[in-house]
Amino acid sequence: MALSDSTTALGAVLAKWAQEPGGLLPALHEVQELLGWIPPDAVAEIATAFNLSRAEVHGVITYYHHFRSQPAGRHVVQVCRAEACQAMGADALLAHAERRLGCEVHASSADGRYTLEPAFCLGLCASSPSVRVGGRLHARLTPEKFDRVIAALEGVQ
Amino acid sequence: MNAVTVYVPRDSAALAVDADAVADLLVAECARRGLALNLVRNGSRGMFWLEPLVEVATPQGRVAYGPVAPEDVAGLLDAGFLSGGEHPLRQGLTEQIPYLARQERLTFARMGVTDPLSLADYQAHEGYAGLRRALALALDGDAIVSEVLQSGLRGRGGAAFPAGIKWKTVRGTQAAQKYVVCNADEGDSGTYSDRMTLEGDPFMLIEGMTIAALAVGATRGYVYVRSEYPHAVATLREAIRVATAAGFLGDDVCGSGQAFHLDVRMGAGSYVCGEETAMLESLEGRRGIVRAKPPLPALQGLFGQPTVINNVITFASVPLILARGAAFYKGYGVGRSCGTLPFQLAGNIKQGGLVEKAFGLTLRELLHDFGGGSASGRPIKAVQVGGPLGAYVPASKWDVPLDYEAYADMGAALGHGGIVVHDDTADMAKLARYSMEFCAIESCGKCTPCRIGSTRGVEVIDKIVRNQNRPQQVKLLRDLCDTMLHGSLCAMGGMTPFPVLSALDHYPQDFGLAAPDRKAA
Repeated sequence: MALSDSTTALGAVLAKWAQEPGGLLPALHEVQELLGWIPPDAVAEIATAFNLSRAEVHGVITYYHHFRSQPAGRHVVQVCRAEACQAMGADALLAHAERRLGCEVHASSADGRYTLEPAFCLGLCASSPSVRVGGRLHARLTPEKFDRVIAALEGVQ
Repeated sequence: MNAVTVYVPRDSAALAVDADAVADLLVAECARRGLALNLVRNGSRGMFWLEPLVEVATPQGRVAYGPVAPEDVAGLLDAGFLSGGEHPLRQGLTEQIPYLARQERLTFARMGVTDPLSLADYQAHEGYAGLRRALALALDGDAIVSEVLQSGLRGRGGAAFPAGIKWKTVRGTQAAQKYVVCNADEGDSGTYSDRMTLEGDPFMLIEGMTIAALAVGATRGYVYVRSEYPHAVATLREAIRVATAAGFLGDDVCGSGQAFHLDVRMGAGSYVCGEETAMLESLEGRRGIVRAKPPLPALQGLFGQPTVINNVITFASVPLILARGAAFYKGYGVGRSCGTLPFQLAGNIKQGGLVEKAFGLTLRELLHDFGGGSASGRPIKAVQVGGPLGAYVPASKWDVPLDYEAYADMGAALGHGGIVVHDDTADMAKLARYSMEFCAIESCGKCTPCRIGSTRGVEVIDKIVRNQNRPQQVKLLRDLCDTMLHGSLCAMGGMTPFPVLSALDHYPQDFGLAAPDRKAA
């Protein structure tokens, strides 16, 4: 998206939510949906639109795990670390994912292809362990199945 | 030839094991073979080890096949599964599968049976009967509140506070604007009944919230759904659109003259926003920091106005209570735990899934009769009941009836009904450390016992495991847990000691201590 387009789109999102009671979270969701993250420039604009200080907006963004203050890799891989998945080998799966994707948890791979994150429950606790890759959920994962999911992303058989 | 109706679930847990690919292949393969197919994307029956569970409508009833992988589709059609033919994946008539047949599905009666977004389907299965009764009998708010009060329904989110009392308080408070808020921030590991409801029977929640709104005189409602549940958010939004178009929501609910507008708001990955006051802060657009109580949200809740806040399953239980009467619902359960609870079997369990039963059954029945033992085939070592803030329950306590009071008496909690099973490879010291670590990550930071205590808790457990002044550190851990239990502002810090202390008490050998004294247990 060209810079001017994204600026207009950002303005439209803010205009839509600024007058709505409790509109800040929905606005932040839409900004992140639009830009992939919430860049510092946008923070100033959001603060103005909502008549808040930049510190207040920054405080909200950084409080919630979901909001990104840094751009993510092309594919976001979330491995559930909660108890039900731990009971089915989530720790080993996460270690495997770190090796396979070439990055530690909470970090992105050097080529910018992957960002690896922990998730605290994807709600698939009877089909553990589970992973979300982009918008897709995968359950009953083994390291081998994980590799197949990643290989499919890379267009490799 | 008439089209055969085939059901392929659209529940997240089915999608996560390729249900979409199964559905696509089924459509393509039937077209190729010239077979007429009527594909319905239903909710999940909640038997997750069988997902994707494909059902075929036959004159004898719905026949189940599962778990169906995409590569099984051609073989199933070869075996004549469209007429219920034999196949290794055939599970028989769905209703007769023992796991389902032994349940008491009141709230989850429609789950997996209907198309979640079909209002016609919903109404054909007792949907909106509760609201119609409320309206047709011209029940005033007092009568609705009294029905809910009489049913004995208690909050299903974990705190188990009587729903009717909350409603009565909001009804009795004068205000220009009141709100009904549904807490769908289902963050507990091992729980998915809210998610299933949002994805598999969303009109039930909408109906329950509408009845609450009529009862207390609220005209606006919000459902706060966690961001980890995008499918649930999408389905609920669509259901609200459908219900509004049909006049079940909006300026004039079913011609009653009463308005009720419902919106969905998405959380953003904060566990503590499942605490009701933190959720209100988040809904108001701020950091999800816990508020001190009083004031109670029933008096000063969302935007400072009187607010009914209940969990998804609490609201979802209301339509049936109104439709069939309080006495019907109260006929299930034991003592002060009335009705049913959707228990959710999760983790290392062979047959994981949703089991709705009246309160009073035992963990042993759930683990063995329903769950079929561990998934790994190894002995079950510990069972965490009630989410990440729930206690680890050892085998010696598996015969205690599952009701709120019996669990509270043994220092445990039923919570939201999540049951996470660990086999004998589990390291309980590691799990106790994880509980403290999770609390440190998710603490909102408002009160010291939770914010600092959780970090110190991780350090102390590390020292115990490393055998650094072990006896002294164990004493310190207990002292710390005591402070967190009694000094925290909300359940986050106040209940984190439950899993930690239960792990320490029942599995001391994992912390390098002597095995428990049988007599003391």
